[in-house]
Amino acid sequence: MTEAASRPPTDLPGLDPRWSRIVEVPGRGIDAGTARSWHCLDTAAVLEESRVDIVGTILAVHGNPTWSYLWRHVAAATVRAAEAGAPAWRVVAVDQLDMGWSERTGLHRPLEQRVADLAALTDAIGLDGPVVTLGHDWGGVVSMAWAVDHPDSLVGLMLLNTAIHHPGGVPIPAPLRLAGARGMLAASTVGTTAFLDTTLALASPTLSPDVRAAYRAPYATAARRGGIGGFVADIPADERHESRAELDRIAAGVARLDVPALMLWGPRDPIFSDRYLDDLVDRLPHADVHRFEGASHLVAEDRPVATAIVDWLAERLGEGADAAPAPDARADAPAGSADAFVPIWHGLDARRDDDAVAVIDMATSGGSAPREVTWRQLDDRVRRIAAGLARIGVGRGDRVSLLVPPGPTLTAVLYACLRIGAVVVVADAGLGVRGLTRAVRGAWPDVVIGEVPGLAAARALGWPGLRISARRLPAAAAAALGVSHSLGEVAALGADAPLPAEPAADDEAAILFTSGSTGPAKGVVYRHRQLSALRDVLAEHFAIDEDSGLVTGFAPFALLGPALGTRSATPDMDVSSPRTLTARAVAAAVRASRGSIVFLSPAAILNVVATADALTAADRSDLAGVRTFLSTGAPVSPDLLASARALMPNATPHTPYGMTECLLVTDVTLEGIRAAASQPDAGVCVGLPIGTNRVLVSALDAAGIASGAPSAEPGVLGEIVVSAPHLKQRYDRLALTDRAATRATDALPEADGARWHRTGDVGHLDAEGRLWVEGRLPHVLVTADGPVAPVGAEQDVERVDGVRRAAVVGVGPHGLQQAVAVVETTAGTRRAGLADAAVAADVRASTALPLVAVLAVPSLPTDIRHNSKIDRTRLSAWADRLLAGERVGAP
Amino acid sequence: MIVLVTGASGFLGRAVAAELVAGGHEVRTLQRRRSGVAGASDVLGSLTDAATIARAVDGVEGVVHLAAKVSLAGDPAEFRAVNVEGTRALLDAAAAAGVARFVQVSSPSVAHAGAALVGVGAEPASPEQARGDYARTKAEAELLALARDSASMAVVAIRPHLVWGPGDAQLTERIVDRARRGRLPLLNGGTALIDSTYVDNAASGIAAALRRADVAHGRAFVLTNGEPRPVGDLMAGICRAAGVREPRWSIPAGLGRAAGSLVERVWAVRPGADEPPMTRFLAEQLSTAHWFDQRPIREALDWTPTVSLDEGLARLAAACAR
Repeated sequence: MTEAASRPPTDLPGLDPRWSRIVEVPGRGIDAGTARSWHCLDTAAVLEESRVDIVGTILAVHGNPTWSYLWRHVAAATVRAAEAGAPAWRVVAVDQLDMGWSERTGLHRPLEQRVADLAALTDAIGLDGPVVTLGHDWGGVVSMAWAVDHPDSLVGLMLLNTAIHHPGGVPIPAPLRLAGARGMLAASTVGTTAFLDTTLALASPTLSPDVRAAYRAPYATAARRGGIGGFVADIPADERHESRAELDRIAAGVARLDVPALMLWGPRDPIFSDRYLDDLVDRLPHADVHRFEGASHLVAEDRPVATAIVDWLAERLGEGADAAPAPDARADAPAGSADAFVPIWHGLDARRDDDAVAVIDMATSGGSAPREVTWRQLDDRVRRIAAGLARIGVGRGDRVSLLVPPGPTLTAVLYACLRIGAVVVVADAGLGVRGLTRAVRGAWPDVVIGEVPGLAAARALGWPGLRISARRLPAAAAAALGVSHSLGEVAALGADAPLPAEPAADDEAAILFTSGSTGPAKGVVYRHRQLSALRDVLAEHFAIDEDSGLVTGFAPFALLGPALGTRSATPDMDVSSPRTLTARAVAAAVRASRGSIVFLSPAAILNVVATADALTAADRSDLAGVRTFLSTGAPVSPDLLASARALMPNATPHTPYGMTECLLVTDVTLEGIRAAASQPDAGVCVGLPIGTNRVLVSALDAAGIASGAPSAEPGVLGEIVVSAPHLKQRYDRLALTDRAATRATDALPEADGARWHRTGDVGHLDAEGRLWVEGRLPHVLVTADGPVAPVGAEQDVERVDGVRRAAVVGVGPHGLQQAVAVVETTAGTRRAGLADAAVAADVRASTALPLVAVLAVPSLPTDIRHNSKIDRTRLSAWADRLLAGERVGAP
Repeated sequence: MIVLVTGASGFLGRAVAAELVAGGHEVRTLQRRRSGVAGASDVLGSLTDAATIARAVDGVEGVVHLAAKVSLAGDPAEFRAVNVEGTRALLDAAAAAGVARFVQVSSPSVAHAGAALVGVGAEPASPEQARGDYARTKAEAELLALARDSASMAVVAIRPHLVWGPGDAQLTERIVDRARRGRLPLLNGGTALIDSTYVDNAASGIAAALRRADVAHGRAFVLTNGEPRPVGDLMAGICRAAGVREPRWSIPAGLGRAAGSLVERVWAVRPGADEPPMTRFLAEQLSTAHWFDQRPIREALDWTPTVSLDEGLARLAAACAR
């Protein structure tokens, strides 16, 4: 049954035979008195040949049913980095006994034995220096045990899809349950290659045949597959399992580790799902976490994990030799002085004895009258819900997903969560069910509070979290939806209960999801300090005080009324569809709230203007009382703004520029836009930075990369880089995205102690400091003459008679792209293809950018949410195919 | 410099010879018919005649070799005799006569296997993959020429792409003639993006290759206007310049290729005086993108085109109006 270790074939793709090494190791535990032979990858010899000084070792442990081949990219990347002059990290990647090319012992090896095996191996090779462990799958557990048991050597911990704890009461994932069932076990894992093949098939994108063959190579016969079955049998599915005690020991030990930690995750893993990531994050809250959206179990095959590891080691462990202190993302040096911080619920506290109206919900479904809530009622409700949530165990740092439509209920729940330090997770229903599911699973909330549709989706789609219904449900319905409490019950529980301590300024407060119109939705983490700063900048810039009165037709701002200490009204509309807002509904909300400030989205403005004919004289007189209105979310044309202002003749129209990561960056009025129109600048003028915000531009180089040091020099095209006191803290579980978004901003002078953020938008500043937006970074054309942003040329083309809307995209290889204009014509286009000769000639003549082709389409592809952001990436791919001579339909 | 231009009775050859005369060179030409280039002295004869070639290269410092059998159909043996063996004989004679610079005028089709070419450079010539006898024999000729690049004779290969302009009997007149007879279809709506070259730019580029052979030798370059256009736009532009109705009907490219292939086979059995209306090669040319990276040639030859596409069309229109 035993078979000594051997070397892998020398022709496996990506595997350098010089890394392979056979080690004789004195056995421990059940092997005491004998020696075992191991195969491992060890880059020490290759690094020594290159005469570099090794700063530390990455001890890598594969899972089941793979082998050290999993780490070939890490070995290659670290050797490459060392040869390029970066600190040299040695990689020792073992094949566990009975796995890969190591010895087949034929013995049952429970977890405790495997932990002893690895320690014996590292002793045998004399591994001491600084060590960073790296583990995947069940190898993650063994690597964590090594980390816990070797505190003197350990300087860091890296994990890929793994788990350390299995919550009681939750069934283990179905595929493993099946594989572990008696009878199935031997058949699926040992007798055939089914388990092996199933695991390899998880790779996304699919593995190439030669890589798949390399993974299978050491497991050619049933005799060589014994270890695969042994691992599956050793999964501690319940409390009585023999390995449970060892697992619990490791789990407890990990929670005490304070070395830098990195977790790289493939969320599409059917086994090691986000549930286990969330558990690990709870144990290692300081860890840098990145979820590769779309990647699966074999994340090391699916995504550039090796590069991420090399970058992370350089960033967190620098020269490696000296263990850096654990980075504590939750306790960065607080910005500004602590006294300046006024919590977001302060506006409620201040008016708790006031019987004036605070919130008005104009939604009159079923003909009921608008719902009015006084300051006293709102404050009381917030306190009850807050205390009630605390009583059922929701506390500081717990994530609460809010699937409640905007209105008084959402407002009360939101402030209650913030008050107890729970982190609210808010995703726009506009993401659609798929996008919303992805967002909710990614954030892994502890609690979901919703209306029936949201709860039904949560149940059907397996969203995590304790479920609380916004309204009281019949017992059967509650049971069917897996609902444990209604909000009314929670509030009742909190009636006389004390409130817990307030969260601190630097505690996390909210996770807001991006719209997804510019890639998969990302969770954006805000701290209390930043929410308060947002409230303050809004109040300051738009002169909002107690008497202002807000009409909030745009969700993010609908929630800020109570914080601003003024009454707010949500107009009667389907909030998930801004196009349902009518002019009369706005007038009614203005009347009810005596509002002087109106927040609208571009799509809402379009419909308000379109329905203006229905306004009565009384409506018009109410609208005349508005002094400010804002359009936020996407650019709108000056003409549309002017049409809206005709309805609110005494109001100044504003169009602030911002994004989920920084809701208010710059602001410009209609007059400002008109003044800028005479400038020769390309792009959309979005005005000057608001308050203490700062805006710089990181110049694009010839390859279209924003490599320039961010500067305020006018006329330079580059990525827009912003800093603001209310800027997001970070992205949620997207450490690599965080790194990219803050790249090369360390040395910049900060705005009011805040950080910097690369927006992914491109544009330039003018001599007056105004910002001009010229498109998205991925939409920049990289031509032989350098980078070209699309918006300037699009504006030129849209001035041509007969052109309704235009997009400028690139075709051809990066660095040699040619510009193509794609237009919607006022006459309409039946079939996508070459534009009419006369239109093409006019379009070419309209812009200084050489256009190789002018194409006409029935309609340009746009985002669903705003119907205004043109999907230029898709359009570019379409034009590429069309102009290569392929037959393609509409874009 | 004393320069020999072969094939100077052709559309491009005449333009090159005239450009070199204007540049102050002493120009000699070699072809069967009179070149008609003012200021050049003609040697009349064939590339297949060794004595004629020896006489033509005698005392010459630079050679620009354009003479070739250019056609979409014809006897394969004739393509070989002129394009391969003729080039070999000329290279031999030039080397023997001490010629220092040799510009081989080639074609992008020498490296075109039929797939779309999008922003590519001058890939190595490949007789195995080239389509049709013309492209195949030109590929062999280019390889022969570049293999002769040495310290004593600098060889540069220039591949002008779709040269057109007033007086062009090959491309321009054929497009106009077919459009006039309503026999010019667009394939897939004419959207394939193609590069083309106004004749004056081709001539100045080739003259630049001769001037810069000392730095650019041993390499092949594709030469174009650097202004790719959808083939439908380009043909429409040429038709408008010539005052004929532009093509308006489109057929699927696959059908065009199949038809071309069929016609090609029939033509091989019953060769006639005219060329087939649509060969497979032409169908590919008109339905797949081929545009090129112009940075290498502009840098190596220190040259840029001086006549834009629009200016070229305007000159064509003026010429047609006369």
